[in-house]
Amino acid sequence: MSRAKPRPEDLQSPGRRRAAMALAALPMLVAPGLGRAQGAKLAVTDKEVVVGQLHSATGTMAISETGSIQAERLAIDQINAAGGILGRQIRVIQEDGASDWPTFAEKARKLLVSDRVATVFGCWTSASRKAVLPIFEKENGLLYYPTFYEGLEQSKNVFYTGQEATQQILSGLDWVNREKKAKTFYLIGSDYIWPRTSNKIARKHIENVLKGQVVGEEYYPLGHTQFGSLLNKIKLRKPDVIYAIVVGGSNVSFYKQLKAAGFSSANTTLLTISVTEDELLGIGGENVEGYYSCMKYFQSLDNPNNKAFVEAFKAKYGPNSVIGDVTQAAYLGPWLWKMAVEKAGSFEVNDVVAASPNLEFDKAPEGYVKIHPNHHLWSRTRVGRMRGDGQFDVVWETPDLIEPNPFPEGYQ
Amino acid sequence: MESFSELGAILLMQGFNGLSVFSVLLLMALGLAIIFGQMGVINMAHGEFLAIGAYTTYVFSSATQAWLPQAMPYYYLVSMLAAFGVTFALGWLVEWAMVRHLYRRPLDTLLATWGLSLILQQALRSIFGPREVSPVLPDWLMGSYQPLPFVDIPINGLFVMVVTLLLTAGVMLALFRSGWGLRVRATVQNRAMSGAVGIDTRRVDRTTFALGCGIAGIAGAAFTTISATGPTSGSLYIVDTFLTVVFGGAASLFGTIASAFVIAQTQSVSEFFMTGSMAKVLTLSTVVLILMLRPQGLFSLKLRK
Repeated sequence: MSRAKPRPEDLQSPGRRRAAMALAALPMLVAPGLGRAQGAKLAVTDKEVVVGQLHSATGTMAISETGSIQAERLAIDQINAAGGILGRQIRVIQEDGASDWPTFAEKARKLLVSDRVATVFGCWTSASRKAVLPIFEKENGLLYYPTFYEGLEQSKNVFYTGQEATQQILSGLDWVNREKKAKTFYLIGSDYIWPRTSNKIARKHIENVLKGQVVGEEYYPLGHTQFGSLLNKIKLRKPDVIYAIVVGGSNVSFYKQLKAAGFSSANTTLLTISVTEDELLGIGGENVEGYYSCMKYFQSLDNPNNKAFVEAFKAKYGPNSVIGDVTQAAYLGPWLWKMAVEKAGSFEVNDVVAASPNLEFDKAPEGYVKIHPNHHLWSRTRVGRMRGDGQFDVVWETPDLIEPNPFPEGYQ
Repeated sequence: MESFSELGAILLMQGFNGLSVFSVLLLMALGLAIIFGQMGVINMAHGEFLAIGAYTTYVFSSATQAWLPQAMPYYYLVSMLAAFGVTFALGWLVEWAMVRHLYRRPLDTLLATWGLSLILQQALRSIFGPREVSPVLPDWLMGSYQPLPFVDIPINGLFVMVVTLLLTAGVMLALFRSGWGLRVRATVQNRAMSGAVGIDTRRVDRTTFALGCGIAGIAGAAFTTISATGPTSGSLYIVDTFLTVVFGGAASLFGTIASAFVIAQTQSVSEFFMTGSMAKVLTLSTVVLILMLRPQGLFSLKLRK
């Protein structure tokens, strides 16, 4: 098959179409037949191995992705300090996706084709991941993706170190149903794919498994700041639980107005899957004390791995830095890659992928994790209660690791 | 019976919410109504002036917390004045350095001020970082006021409303009862003639522009009570702001008030009966429909051309 010919499915979305057009121009830059897929050499010498880092260091997403960049760097520095991988030091080429999905695609191609990196740690939003996915598949690259996300995806070339939606959502709903005797839920979200897909899963679970009732489901544009009408509607319906997936700047408006409208943890149970320590920094812990967040990781987790991790992170990035769920998941990427490479005895993508399933990592700050053959991680889910100082008290965790299930039956 | 009175309470709160959205819109648009409405300058950087006002409050909040914690209950009022001062001065500077060279080229103003807004955004990002910030508010601004059982009136909403009321009254007085207002209105109606009768139109322009920016600064400071501020917050405000001013009829202050009221009530009422996204669709369709019937906006100044 000619490299220049985009696959038909590449042409479905404008972003992909642009990527495909750029792909079509590739043969002018790279002689056909010299692509990575044809067995060209990775950038590995006897002394060093080159990896890529691809996040948004500028633009609207920089606020979220900075933590991931820092955590990956920390892990890589630690690995290098301990002697590197297979005797080689890791050298990082960092590219900036600039919060712009076509830029992500372009930089991904640069990292894979020109720099021939052995792996890439990167992306944050689903949109950026979807933009680079066809390139990673075509060039047979390797991507470690840190964010909890909506699921419905699985690729040979991607490892998902955050939770997929069912892992994060279902046990949290079970918990609130059991502990708070919650039967009625009001679902709120920002208007894009992740909150919508997550709420769809939540609704199915509430209605079919918990035999509860969804009394309202609403979405507001990203950046929305006026939640007065919504709060009145919530007062009218009196749900047992407010289930909120509001993201970004809207978060601050939402929680401030919630407080100003007379809601507090004394009279309201609120469960969210979009508030980590990072978001609390902006919202202010005093506005949300006593509400619950459902994540796989909290900075306050009490175990030796996490203590060491938090200490190292603060030593490198300052005592006031906070660590959210995604930051921890990003930290796992380089370590999981190292283990797979060492097990395979090779940096070749196919060997690393083949060595990965069922790898166990017991030095993770979140505790013990294991790679599932579907490239997601087995992990625990925890419920944290928000504190005034911007940290969480972990009030519950699943007794066992939860199996990742990116294509959940009965939840579509 | 209880549920009936509770329903009444919710309707009451919803009514208040409509007024609250109204005052937010009006406050956002007031500065622009002066700059765009009176001077005809399309100031795309208006949102950034709001953001700068908000950041000024944030700086004051952080400084007070660090050095004068006992002044926390009062710092907020001082910071509003400071927000006005900072944005007024910046507005003055921008008019002098940029806008005055472009008065006869409205489309170039649009480009230039848009460029300015990008520069200001990046400056804010470089100084304060990409993360959104919100000042620690004095206790008296948080929480709710309960005049009746079940009725929670957010105090921050009430506060924004009072600020809007005072500011609007002040602008009205200044525009229609002061010598400056007279000169502004004369300049708007006929620049050449105003110059001929001895009005220093350049000076009027500069003060007017700076004042519009200063009002945006106060508005930005007031908004910190209800939302967060990031480097790009300004671009969220700008659409609503222009919508309000254009819909009202650009040159009329009453138009801006009426337009903010209509948009806010449509939005608030429809939000209560349908989902947020649909409410937005309905509101914008209403605006488009009315603008098709009345292209000059709700109110228009009658002028002999």
